[in-house]
Amino acid sequence: MGTLFLMAAVGSVVISAAIIWSLFSRGWDFISQASWGDVLTADTWNPRQNMYGLRPLIVATLVVSGVAMIVAVPLGLGAAIYLAEFARPRIRSFLKPILEVLAGVPSVVIAFFALGWIAPHIVGTLFGEEHGRGGSMLAAGIGVGILAIPLVASVSEDAMRAVPNSLREASSGLGARKMHTTLRVVLPAAVSGLVAAFILAVSRAIGETMVVFIAAGAASVGQYSANPLDSGLTMTAAMASLASGTDSVRGATLAYASLFMVGIFLFFLTLGLNIIGNFFVRRVRQAY
Amino acid sequence: MALTTIAANRGAVQGSVAQAIEGRRRDLRGRLFELALAACLIVSLAVLVLMIYDVLGDGLSVYTERGWDFLNGGLSQSADRAGIAQGIIGSFWIATSVLVVSIPLGIGAAVYLEEYAPRNRLTSFIEINVRNLAGVPSVVYGLLGLAIFVEALGGFSGKHDASRSTLIAAGLTLAVLVLPIVIITTAEAIRAVPNALREGAYGVGATRWEVIRSQVLPYAMPGIVTGGLLAIARAVGEAAPLILIGALTGLAGRSPGLSFSSLLDPSSLTERFTAMPIVITSWSRLPQPDFRIHNTAAAIIAMLAFVLLVNTFAILLRNRFEKKRAA
Repeated sequence: MGTLFLMAAVGSVVISAAIIWSLFSRGWDFISQASWGDVLTADTWNPRQNMYGLRPLIVATLVVSGVAMIVAVPLGLGAAIYLAEFARPRIRSFLKPILEVLAGVPSVVIAFFALGWIAPHIVGTLFGEEHGRGGSMLAAGIGVGILAIPLVASVSEDAMRAVPNSLREASSGLGARKMHTTLRVVLPAAVSGLVAAFILAVSRAIGETMVVFIAAGAASVGQYSANPLDSGLTMTAAMASLASGTDSVRGATLAYASLFMVGIFLFFLTLGLNIIGNFFVRRVRQAY
Repeated sequence: MALTTIAANRGAVQGSVAQAIEGRRRDLRGRLFELALAACLIVSLAVLVLMIYDVLGDGLSVYTERGWDFLNGGLSQSADRAGIAQGIIGSFWIATSVLVVSIPLGIGAAVYLEEYAPRNRLTSFIEINVRNLAGVPSVVYGLLGLAIFVEALGGFSGKHDASRSTLIAAGLTLAVLVLPIVIITTAEAIRAVPNALREGAYGVGATRWEVIRSQVLPYAMPGIVTGGLLAIARAVGEAAPLILIGALTGLAGRSPGLSFSSLLDPSSLTERFTAMPIVITSWSRLPQPDFRIHNTAAAIIAMLAFVLLVNTFAILLRNRFEKKRAA
């Protein structure tokens, strides 16, 4: 029986190996054949015209993730502090599950909301109607931010709840008010967890596909732009549009291999962030 | 001398004492701080309500006008005939493959990690590996599915090119994607089982497997069920990997005869497929407002109803048992 269970556990390692094998066995064609000077410096990503500039994809990814963090970090952190420090148990036991339900909303739904509601009503109202008619990196970024709120909230709430009550009591005993205790004692003590929440949320935002594919406004060609009001093609959206619909590419073409090359990039970027994030999560557990 | 000093400072002393006593009521900044935090939470939750309201506003008319016809209809070029039956069938089989593949495998792995594994390097490597797998972007799982389940395994079936993108490839890809979720939630549930239960069972002579089967798993069952439900909901809502492995877009209805009656016909497993999130994605990219807004929203209502119901049930189940045990 134990061996059977061991095989199941080893299965997870096999999956990791399979991911890496898939990425490199297909992506190698691109790595060995592409002209890397163009890949690293060109300002256009358009695989059907043999233009493989990575810069527009990376910049669009950074812009969308940046917007997402501006939305998710204050809201998620504020919600977490409220739940961990201020909410009465009954209110908490009612509101927290709703936040967890928000975490389960599929990203296509948020994508539809970002394109159909956020773009006209938020982007359009703030920056002029002409920017709200279609998708933009700003609309997609806000959508990705909404997706990341529950993640930020739950990781940082866990971190704050791990802070021992004796610290809060000592602070109150010295005469500090609740706000002071929270800002000067609890948050510094939970800082590892807050860093973890931020890093894991960045990783989630970089890896999010559907919201940017539908609501960032670019069809399949990425042009260099760092303006959030422009349309943009992120790394994930580039992969989705390359693989989707009537113009999907299969077989031994360079375009097909480029799909996996972007995948390699994305995989190691998010893996690095997740390893750092999980390191900080573990530090919270060890400290208390 | 000292008395006069106190007398001179009386005003100041009185002020600070009064402030200390009434401080709680006068702590305006503290109140504002708490309000701002509560506002963060309320805004986060209001987004959820607004989103549901928006989707219902766009999509309910399709159900009032067409009702059952929309759920039972096949994919079509015309907006007033298009339905989501094929999407529902695809998502049903995806949920089934998660149930059949990920849940047993995930429980097995979690039982090994928590009950059997010695504290050595291999174990901690597997644990770190599972945690990292949970953070791999879903689109990368799509590449895995494309390279292995579509190309490598599809090659054995003698089919080639697009027709290898079968429902079973989709099911396996998503089963692999949610496996870490099942392992992590099950491992947490098993870790919460009190050691006294294990010791009691060992004390009366049970073997390790008997302890697991008769004590550990039953006690951890609510947590395991929660994990399984969350995994199914996640798989049903996931679109990116399916796009990568080449799902049929919601327009080209190759087999328009597919309807609910064929839901349980396993031969569809080796056919090309579509699924609810794919139908939603491809409709939302069409130019006609009837498709882009109304039909898309109506399809979202169907999927969201399922996903939110399963998730809510899973979370309530877990909270209920946590509370019961804490008491």
